[in-house]
Amino acid sequence: MSSVAFPAFDNTSDDPTVRAPLTTPGQNFQTITETVCRVVERPRPPLGWYIAFAIAVAWTGVFFLLVVYLVSTGIGVWGNNVPVAWAFDIVNFVFWIGIGHAGTLISAILFLFRQKWRTSINRAAEAMTIFAVICAGLFPALHVGRVWVEYWLFPYPNQMGMWPNFRSPLVWDVVAVSTYGTVSLLFWYLGMIPDLATLRDRATGTVRKLLYGLFALGWRGSARQWHRYERAYLLLAALSTPLVLSVHSVVSTDFAVAQLPGWHVTLFPPYFVAGAIFSGFAMVVTLMVPARAFFGLKDLITIRHLENMNKFILATGCMVGYAYALEVFASWYSGNQYEWFAMVNRAVGPYAWCYWTMVFCNVVVPQLFWFKSWRTSPWRMVLVAVLVNVGMWMERFVIIVVSLSRDFLPSSWEIYKPTWVDLGMLAGSFGLFFTLFLLFCRYLPMVAMAEVKAVLPAAHGSGHRH
Amino acid sequence: MIEPSTSSTNGLEEPATVIAGLVAEFRTPDALKAAATKVRDAGYRLWDAHSPFPIHGMERAMGIRPTILPWLVFCAGLTGAAAALLLQWWTNTIDYPFLVSGKPFFSLPANIPIIFELMVLLSAFAAFGGVLVLNLLPEYRHPAFSVKRFARVTSDGFFISIAASDPKFDLSATRALLESAGAVAVDVCYAPAEAPRLPGVLKWGLVVAALLALIPPLWIARQRQIPSDVPRLHIIQDMDFQPRYQAQGVGRFFADRRATRPPVPHSMAVGGRQLDAHFYQGQIDGQWATTFPIPVDRETMERGRERYNIYCAPCHGLAGEGDGMTHQRAVARREPGWVQPRSLHVSNVREQPVGRLFHTITHGLNTMSGYAAQIPVADRWAIVLYVRALQRSQNAVLDDVPTALRPALLQEPTKP
Repeated sequence: MSSVAFPAFDNTSDDPTVRAPLTTPGQNFQTITETVCRVVERPRPPLGWYIAFAIAVAWTGVFFLLVVYLVSTGIGVWGNNVPVAWAFDIVNFVFWIGIGHAGTLISAILFLFRQKWRTSINRAAEAMTIFAVICAGLFPALHVGRVWVEYWLFPYPNQMGMWPNFRSPLVWDVVAVSTYGTVSLLFWYLGMIPDLATLRDRATGTVRKLLYGLFALGWRGSARQWHRYERAYLLLAALSTPLVLSVHSVVSTDFAVAQLPGWHVTLFPPYFVAGAIFSGFAMVVTLMVPARAFFGLKDLITIRHLENMNKFILATGCMVGYAYALEVFASWYSGNQYEWFAMVNRAVGPYAWCYWTMVFCNVVVPQLFWFKSWRTSPWRMVLVAVLVNVGMWMERFVIIVVSLSRDFLPSSWEIYKPTWVDLGMLAGSFGLFFTLFLLFCRYLPMVAMAEVKAVLPAAHGSGHRH
Repeated sequence: MIEPSTSSTNGLEEPATVIAGLVAEFRTPDALKAAATKVRDAGYRLWDAHSPFPIHGMERAMGIRPTILPWLVFCAGLTGAAAALLLQWWTNTIDYPFLVSGKPFFSLPANIPIIFELMVLLSAFAAFGGVLVLNLLPEYRHPAFSVKRFARVTSDGFFISIAASDPKFDLSATRALLESAGAVAVDVCYAPAEAPRLPGVLKWGLVVAALLALIPPLWIARQRQIPSDVPRLHIIQDMDFQPRYQAQGVGRFFADRRATRPPVPHSMAVGGRQLDAHFYQGQIDGQWATTFPIPVDRETMERGRERYNIYCAPCHGLAGEGDGMTHQRAVARREPGWVQPRSLHVSNVREQPVGRLFHTITHGLNTMSGYAAQIPVADRWAIVLYVRALQRSQNAVLDDVPTALRPALLQEPTKP
């Protein structure tokens, strides 16, 4: 890693008259194929991969053992109890679903805005989205207690003669999150088909030939196919863009529609979306900095890509800070003693340390990205990104648990404490997330080769300059 | 030109192969685009260009018409939105009306999130499914794959393929065209003479399996429709076996092994001391009481009037005619199945003993519910007293009026 401390190549210039290169010099179609496929085709991944995978799998095992314990015993093994009926489980749900949002933003919204730098990172970011949605979906699914009647969430004709109440935000949530997961998966897979075909055409072993061949669907890069493919990709991007904004807005209505002081705020939908993108970009940076170092992708995922993401973190971090301020203002301006108490309780109540951790990590720390040295130094940005993720988890804890623990009636106040199962499942969900991501790095193309090739200068030929 | 050895080196299992077309390689995206224009101008129809990434301007160079995919997605989106709206309207308004704090059963703003999500979901399915179907994918056996160098099409190779089935296809002429267009290599690709087929056993096996798979859902649908004497089978039986003790059963918790526990010493059930049947039940020796168990005086009467106007007048009306506000509103709204509250002045109400009236207030009658929970016992008696006064007032005769006031009552009304 130290060998790249002083890169001779620097594409982080801010000169608007010069188009910054998106890859290191000397890249052509062939080298891009080689760089990306090498990660998958090498017989053994680097040692670091094995170590990380062993730790991640161990925690995944812990997670599923705890799921068995939880389902067989009941959700009393969690610390949830009235009045804090929603605790770590829902905090983790909102945290993970928020992580996913950066992936869709990179793959869909930046696509619509023709941000070509997205091509190097969109595949991994979309993978992150899907794995985060998987982690997110597990928590409310377990929270219902009787997981074997999960299908009651969906509208189907049943002999009970009952239907879900479609005016409930919780039902919107089920529909929004499952739609988001499905559409993200389709988008990710559609984008991967040409790259799977590349792996198929280079595969040597029978198993690889068969599996990559099966999922590449016989793609042969025909112009007629590309024409429809690009159209479908554009449409999916255009559909995912409002979808991703709707998902965290709907999640926020789980709280905003309720009457609880600290939840009942009209600001919530945009505030949640900004926070989601904020935490998601922090997670992408956390993943991509080690991934580009370990898998030799520095030629494609350059410092400029990372810097751009850090600028997003700075911008969304400021939005989140503004939302915190506005939340305080709204509770004061409401003239309602319960609303105001909820805010005072956050700042000086028994959970004050959570609130100030949140403010420090989410508002103060990202300000370091005003300095170019912090935006362009890989390991310093990872430090900021990790702190941002800690802060964003705390934010959900503050919103959910702190608001619930002290509501209208002082006689029903209660301090929430997580049990060892709560903590184990939080750590276990990270294990599951990293297990899936490490498997993705090992077996699937981490960078969208076809898309990177299409934005190389050589792809546009001589007569077609943009 | 057609060397038999070529087909075998391509690794095709079927010895009988036919020429499927020509595949030509080009150096750069620009060269491919220029060649595509030439092939298009030569009038070929069954041909294609292949590249590792989409090339700008290729559609124009090849003369590809815009795909209908956006229209498919548009229709799917409309279908999703309409289906979501219908689903929410029909389930929450018609089939299973869901009353939430008196809000309307059907309210569009609350239905928008699901309309939106279903619209996006179906549109995404259409975009994904549409691109596969229109591109005829998956297609695992394509003749172009029989050319070895074609494998580079997914890395850095640029190709044009022309199918032998094209009416203009002529092996030597077409090859000459491709070479003149700048191809660096032109290869013949082969296909099996006969398209591979599924074995008959497999095909019919699938058909039979598909038909057999229909039996369980059809059986379930039938069982749902026909009447049944026994409870229906259901998978989730959580509610059927609830851990609880039956009354008078055996319990393991207490030393005396009784599930039913005796009352705690010195405790009394709520309402356990209602020994005065006249006061609490309105009965004397099993007959409806005709007298009041409370003092009949002006104070009680005023209390009765006040309570009556609060609890009874909304339905029965201030004068007891059965025309209270609730009734008037129900009539104005044409509420289906609305029954007018009873007038207190019909003869069979007037003839009821006061004990019976008390009983009706306590336990309700027909559509009227009991008021025991809202009105204390003494107040119920006060109401009965006031009802009696109301009945008297609406059915009075001259003898009820004090003698001194009778002449004024008998005077003809004077014209203003």
